[in-house]
Amino acid sequence: MPLQGNLRDFSTTQLLNLVNLSKRTGLLTIFDGITTNELDAMKQPKQIPGAERARIAFHQGRLVYASAANQDSSLVAVLNKAGKLNNEQARQLRERMGSLGDKGLAMRLIGAKYVTQGDILAAVKQNILDIVFNLMTLQEGPFRFDDNQSPGSDVILVPIELEPVIIEGGRRIKEAGEIDKVIGSLDVSLKFAENAKQKFKGVHLTVDEWKIVPYVDPKNTLRQIMKVVNMSELQIKRIVYSLNQAGLIEIVNSAKPQVLPQRPNRPTKPPTPPEKRVVLSIIEKLKSM
Amino acid sequence: MQTVKMVVTGPFSSGKTEFIRSISEIQVVSTEKSLSKDTAEAAQKEATTVAMDFGRITVDDELTLFLFGTPGQRRFDFMWEILAEGMLGFIVMVDSSKPETFREAKTILETFRAYAPTPYVVAANKQDHPDAWKPEDLRIVLRLDPEVKLLPCIAKDRDSVRQVLLELLYTILEEMETN
Ligand SMILES: Nc1nc2c(ncn2[C@@H]2O[C@H](COP(=O)(O)OP(=O)(O)OP(=O)(O)O)[C@@H](O)[C@H]2O)c(=O)[nH]1
Ligand SMILES: [Mg+2]
Repeated sequence: MPLQGNLRDFSTTQLLNLVNLSKRTGLLTIFDGITTNELDAMKQPKQIPGAERARIAFHQGRLVYASAANQDSSLVAVLNKAGKLNNEQARQLRERMGSLGDKGLAMRLIGAKYVTQGDILAAVKQNILDIVFNLMTLQEGPFRFDDNQSPGSDVILVPIELEPVIIEGGRRIKEAGEIDKVIGSLDVSLKFAENAKQKFKGVHLTVDEWKIVPYVDPKNTLRQIMKVVNMSELQIKRIVYSLNQAGLIEIVNSAKPQVLPQRPNRPTKPPTPPEKRVVLSIIEKLKSM
Repeated sequence: MQTVKMVVTGPFSSGKTEFIRSISEIQVVSTEKSLSKDTAEAAQKEATTVAMDFGRITVDDELTLFLFGTPGQRRFDFMWEILAEGMLGFIVMVDSSKPETFREAKTILETFRAYAPTPYVVAANKQDHPDAWKPEDLRIVLRLDPEVKLLPCIAKDRDSVRQVLLELLYTILEEMETN
């Protein structure tokens, strides 16, 4: 049986950790979740696997391959993305490639001195890492891990140690977490810090930062601004975070902070240690049962 | 007459009642309540433990072991601390076939550790279930230290239950010897 679960119960990081520590070989598939009316054991709406979202392959605990449904991971696309092939070259190659697979293409490209083997490995590796880092921030989705399955014979595998990936992914998640601590939700709004005028003097803002500035007003929620400037949630949060860290703007929380009820957590008085004799008698009894 | 107690805890429906029922000499005095038919829980099982399970093993004329099972539903977790008081050790039951409960299992484990620093073991229950995660994999996702015992378990099987209890007792003995 494959290992199955949902990323809302484990992070991708935990799964990578599992693969790393158990030195597994196999294929991890992550799906879009289709929410059903049934509830799971934690009373969350049960999700069944829908369309495939991504695959990650491992060999003996190392990452070797990744692809994502919304991204072209073919060698041509990957080299194009890495700047090793320009758009025109990529287009031509796609036309002429015919049934030549990625491995065959790689041999030809190297033979024709288009690219080096190092270029190919670096580009494929970067593509794998982009996909995996992105998956590490996924909050939910059914997954399954099939032991000993491979991603197919015609893909280029690049072995990558998982530990650094887990650490770097963790750093990125943490960064996102730090941002979320400051910007609790998209319902916050922004206002200029005191003495903003002086502070803005001599500060060099990026183009994206300038896009936000005109909307800094407690009347606008971040959600509204995000829509107007057409940015992703992560992107706008990062920008607001950096403006906030630079002391230029302040974040106005409209929603009241949630106060979570605290469970009493006082340790009970330490039990008087039982006698060894007692424990030995119970063991004897159980053995005889 | 001396009594000692051990606590069987774990998420909802992880097999606590079954575990105690398999080994107890008296019929388990469980305060089970039938789940009303329209609730979500009813789809999964017929009865849930409302206040606690209670089992007994008479060791000899002088000594009796009580097994207490905690109620799985979180709205009863005010009971936990009361049950934890003075326990010899505890067992955390995990339904190995329900990965959505693993995080909860870990939280329960940590809560009990905070109540009383007594020895404990983790039982990877329902190992007979086709979707069950293997104990080795559970150990990693539950982030258990290597010295914590994680035992395969089938709560319906008396021998399996006995083995888990024995392992807990060996752990208790070891800790006594090192202290
Ligand atoms: N296949 C299998 N089923 C089990 C096992 N242990 C328990 N079950 C079943 O799992 C369901 C829940 O078991 P219970 O013993 O009621 O679980 P519980 O932890 O006491 O549940 P609550 O009191 O509601 O928290 C029941 O249908 C049991 O028959 C096992 O080892 N294998
Ligand atoms: Mg029960």
